[in-house]
Amino acid sequence: MSKGVAITGMGIISAIGNNVEENYASLLTGNTGISKISKIETNHKDSIMVGEIGFTNQELEQQLGLSSENNYSRTAFLGVIAAKEAIKNAGISDINNYKTGLISATSVGGMDRTEAHYYDYAVDKSTQKYIEGHHAGDSTQKIAEQLGIQQSLVTTISTACSSAANAIMLGARLIKSGQLDRVIVGGADCLSKFTINGFKTLMILSDTYNSPFDEHRKGLNLGEAAAYLVLESDKVVLSENKPVLAYVKGYGNANDAYHQTASSENGDGATLAMQQALKVAELSPKDISYINAHGTATGNNDLSEGRAILRVFENNIPDFSSTKAFTGHTLAAAGAIEAVYSVLALQNNVIYPNLNFKTQMKEFNITPQLEFKEKEQHTIMSNSFGFGGNCSTIIFSKKQ
Amino acid sequence: MKTVYINSVCSISSQKTFDNSEFLDEIIYHEDNLIPVVNPNYKDYISPSESRRMAKGVKMGVAASKIALKDANLDTVDAIITGTGMGCLRDSEKFLGALIDNDEQFLTPTSFIQSTHNTVGGQIALNLQCKGYNFTYVHSSISFESTVLDAKLMLENNEANTILIGGVDEIGDYTAKLHQIINHIKAEKTSTSELLNSKTEGAVFSEGANFFVLSNEKQTSSYAEIIAISTYNTLGNSKISDLAKSFLHENNLDIDAIDMVVLGNNGDVTFDGFYNELSSGLFKNTQQVYYKHLCGEFMTASSFGVWLASKILKTQKLPEIVKLNNLKDSNFKTILLYNQYRGENHSFTLLRKC
Repeated sequence: MSKGVAITGMGIISAIGNNVEENYASLLTGNTGISKISKIETNHKDSIMVGEIGFTNQELEQQLGLSSENNYSRTAFLGVIAAKEAIKNAGISDINNYKTGLISATSVGGMDRTEAHYYDYAVDKSTQKYIEGHHAGDSTQKIAEQLGIQQSLVTTISTACSSAANAIMLGARLIKSGQLDRVIVGGADCLSKFTINGFKTLMILSDTYNSPFDEHRKGLNLGEAAAYLVLESDKVVLSENKPVLAYVKGYGNANDAYHQTASSENGDGATLAMQQALKVAELSPKDISYINAHGTATGNNDLSEGRAILRVFENNIPDFSSTKAFTGHTLAAAGAIEAVYSVLALQNNVIYPNLNFKTQMKEFNITPQLEFKEKEQHTIMSNSFGFGGNCSTIIFSKKQ
Repeated sequence: MKTVYINSVCSISSQKTFDNSEFLDEIIYHEDNLIPVVNPNYKDYISPSESRRMAKGVKMGVAASKIALKDANLDTVDAIITGTGMGCLRDSEKFLGALIDNDEQFLTPTSFIQSTHNTVGGQIALNLQCKGYNFTYVHSSISFESTVLDAKLMLENNEANTILIGGVDEIGDYTAKLHQIINHIKAEKTSTSELLNSKTEGAVFSEGANFFVLSNEKQTSSYAEIIAISTYNTLGNSKISDLAKSFLHENNLDIDAIDMVVLGNNGDVTFDGFYNELSSGLFKNTQQVYYKHLCGEFMTASSFGVWLASKILKTQKLPEIVKLNNLKDSNFKTILLYNQYRGENHSFTLLRKC
């Protein structure tokens, strides 16, 4: 059994940067990645804004040195780039010298290719290579291949917008139990017409910059991103004399069991997830120095999450903010993106501003952190909630 | 560490398997390349108003979970872990088709909402009002095995006492057509009895839901004990026999300790070699069983294998129809299951009589 779950590396690509350094620079300067959509031809391009990654598929393909025969979805491209950065950051040269697994999260999978070629598949042989790239496990298999992970525990989680938080949770449990010495955990999701139109039908897409926890919030901006963390056991950290970025201290998972897409009014599932994470971490609410909230800027989420935070923290609400105004809501990847941001906040002793907030919500009196702030950090809570009632909370700490 | 038991089972498959008082008493011989499930009377488990809104996979999953809970004599569980390789395929096809056909206009949210992979797990939680741990695994042919691995981890460490797990996948007509174009589904109709001799590419596809209640407490209804499970994304440079040997070694077992191997042969001439290597080599003197001629292939078809092995261990009966050879017909204690799909995502599962 490993007592600690050390984070020894991380990698990220999002609308605010192509690596960890660039992401942090954007968070520091309040530089949002939200813009009009340019890479997908959609009827809704004038009525939505998104968090899009600058590179085209062709550029990503070249960066990875893939032959034109490849059948990568954009999800797979993004995933490989972020996962490779994480491995490099963790100083891993031989991936198989310890028992290493990969747990990845996605909701879109290869949908971007499927929607582009859906009817052509039947007639155009050159597109058919993408058919078997549709399923959600495909991008994970490709990431494992690119990292050289063989004969290993490699699996994929899809619990909507809480997926990557759950990947981190499973990874932490596998390290703690001793089943793995090292595990790469995270998630990847690209933008697709499928998700844009899906969220559009639910009428929760904002036509302007999303404003989490604001009284007049108009909904979310979809984003695309990938992020991965390298988790390692005490044994690996000790024998390799590894620098540790932070620890996964606690985790909680619960189901709201209220509605397929909406959160319960009082955030039952969210409350349970936060309480469970505190319990696993053996911490009390006062020990949390910052909450990176799910804060999607939909009417429903921010109300439900705010109430749940009040239920858990009562009169001692820690500083909290949502970084969705920087990146957009990156769906299955969100939990991993915000895990990277949480670790950076711990390392640099900072709190990110909740951009675009103007008006206090009338249902409660808690206000997110509005300015970039320096503050001694020790323990950070990160929330991720999704369709299907899936609620997850992860706690990161400086110390084991 | 606590021991993990399979306390109940439910299989909705292309055989009449949902009635737990029977065990393959009556075989349906299919002759097709795409075979549907034998539906239970969903009205017995789901109200008509709910049922109307539910996709096929959700319906199968909710009904199977209710039967499994009843079989375990439970009203609810501590956690729900679902595996699905393709998710709610029909609603994905429906939403995508409408999106393309109508040029992103006139879309309604229902099929989008139902298309997410965790719809089945979410709907079961909603139905049981279960607020506990809820995960959905979506990794091709080890989607179901991931649920077993996760549940076993929780139960061994006493993080839960009862967990509902299941594998569920539904047929999507258009996706099936596409998989036929690339020869993942057989081009020609193939009969149940001739599946392994077909010598053709691809598999006979189907759908189904196999759900189980796992617990760290044994009860009179218990079917089996789960000793170990391992999944492998690839074989690397090894042969499957090498991996089988090291898996058994890790569990302190030798070949003779295995009373039966349950193999996932699906009649695909290109990939059945993995199974044949084991059945003609390492396990040539072991009783061999197969099942995909009965339930068809789908990303969570191996959950039918676990259903079959559980039934054999509990009833100590070995139905004629699943025998690959004829070496042993009683006293089954330890069963090894092996599955893979198209040369990737291999898994070994070890069950023992309890």
